[in-house]
Amino acid sequence: MASGTGVHSPAWLRSWHYHATFYAQTWRGSVASNVLFPIFFLASFGVGVGHMVARHTGLVQGQTYLHYIAPSLLATTTMQLGEGESLWPVLAALKWIRSYHAAAATPLEPEDIVYGKLTWVVTRAFATGIFYTIVIGAFGALQSWWALTLPFVGALVALAFSAPLVAYAARCQSDGSFIAIYRFAFVPMFLFSATFFPVSSYPGYLRPIVQVMPLYHGVALARAAAYGHVAPDALVGHVAVLAGLAAVGIYLGRRTMRRRLVD
Amino acid sequence: MTSGPILEAHDLVKNFDDFAAVKGISFAIDRGESFGFLGPNGAGKTSTMRMISAVSQPTSGTLSILGLDPRDHGPTIRGRLGVVPQEDTLELELSVRLNLEMFGRYFDIPRRTLRERTDELLEFAQLTERANDKVDDLSGGMKRRLTIARALINQPELLILDEPTTGLDPQARHLLWERLYRLKREGVTLVITTHYMDEAEQLCDRLVVMDHGDIVAEGPPRELIARHSTREVVELRFDVETHDEIGLPLSHFAQRIEVLPDRILLYVDQGDDTLRDLHGAGIVPASALVRRSSLEDVFLRLTGRTLVD
Repeated sequence: MASGTGVHSPAWLRSWHYHATFYAQTWRGSVASNVLFPIFFLASFGVGVGHMVARHTGLVQGQTYLHYIAPSLLATTTMQLGEGESLWPVLAALKWIRSYHAAAATPLEPEDIVYGKLTWVVTRAFATGIFYTIVIGAFGALQSWWALTLPFVGALVALAFSAPLVAYAARCQSDGSFIAIYRFAFVPMFLFSATFFPVSSYPGYLRPIVQVMPLYHGVALARAAAYGHVAPDALVGHVAVLAGLAAVGIYLGRRTMRRRLVD
Repeated sequence: MTSGPILEAHDLVKNFDDFAAVKGISFAIDRGESFGFLGPNGAGKTSTMRMISAVSQPTSGTLSILGLDPRDHGPTIRGRLGVVPQEDTLELELSVRLNLEMFGRYFDIPRRTLRERTDELLEFAQLTERANDKVDDLSGGMKRRLTIARALINQPELLILDEPTTGLDPQARHLLWERLYRLKREGVTLVITTHYMDEAEQLCDRLVVMDHGDIVAEGPPRELIARHSTREVVELRFDVETHDEIGLPLSHFAQRIEVLPDRILLYVDQGDDTLRDLHGAGIVPASALVRRSSLEDVFLRLTGRTLVD
């Protein structure tokens, strides 16, 4: 009725398109820092700190320090992308700008808005994954054709964080808790998920704590892909944790978004 | 096109937990009509708007929008409606044009059609010259016009406006009213909520007065005034601390009086005659004004709101 033609795109895709158009208008401000960050990071930590590690410790799990941390950088960055897209932007779209309310007055359903958001996060994370794979490759850290799966790892990590956070943000009335989540969940996860040193360097009683952190599984997947160390049992476990988080997040997000928008 | 009302509600109820926002209202709106929901804040207008926009579901009662049940046909109905929310929900960082085009994509409107419609609507909203400016830089009135233009992107049969002119200066309001008349002439059905009585009188063919989640009166503005008020009102101010004491003797001069903190309203048929009678009786107010009855008076009468006990 509204379009007058036979062309129909699914409603979630229209929501995705909204995010993509918005990003296309606003990405320029952040592109320089986004491109330079991984290069600087790998140059300083990987090459610089790696020099000291090589002198004192030698190889880390059979890798130079640069090669050890390079894949984890892809996982931490896509985690941050998932977070960054999900807390404040969702609350803004519900409370400050109210663009989700505007969307809910169109043929879109609240679920379409959730799917549009998450598919957009996955798209961005996949693109970021491609770029990071190239950078990591340029630093010589890719050792297998399995590295071609790194963008998928990035997309999965971003979704695993984004989906629960979208669900959470959709039920928040203020951003009061967001800073605390960053400080007490994401910063520790960033530092202690076997990102910069292996889980074997923790005392035994701390290791289980490290291993329940979702990012730990993302980092492990990224390393497996970069080195081609593909052990099916372990991989299935890592994927299951991340996919499980994503599934729970999507399930809850559909409910919280519907309650928030149409009640 | 279906015949019969474009919108019909029976015993419509909306509860939020323990709070009853809408308590079983019934109404029918005809195609091409412009219909108002009048009432103070908290009367249940916005909850009603959200239900007839096919966004929120009624707790109970029946609702038919464009001949369809919103429980089963939400997306289809919303595809044929335009909604102007109370607060502008525009993307402030993006251009005026892009705000229209991006919203149009939600309705799956093909790009070419969308571009043409955007040009027309920019013209309609008198924003053609600001098309490439950021929305953030627009005045309040321009943002409101853009929000209305955006609601028209899918060429809706029914346009729902929730307090369209709240917060605008008089000039911006009149410009907006003029645009709404134009839509009405083009056959668009308008549903408007407002707490401005003059706006309701200007824009609405018919309206309901809501209070505490109920409809307390329904009819065309003139008819409501005739039914619930007198032809004219004399507003008197006296040079006193409070108008409470002088109220009583004046009631002989009018069919009904309302004593407000700052003035006394006498409901009469011929205001000038009443003034003459008052002078004859030696009652000399500090100021006196004769005016026609308005919806404000109807509202006062029906709800007792703003009255001094």
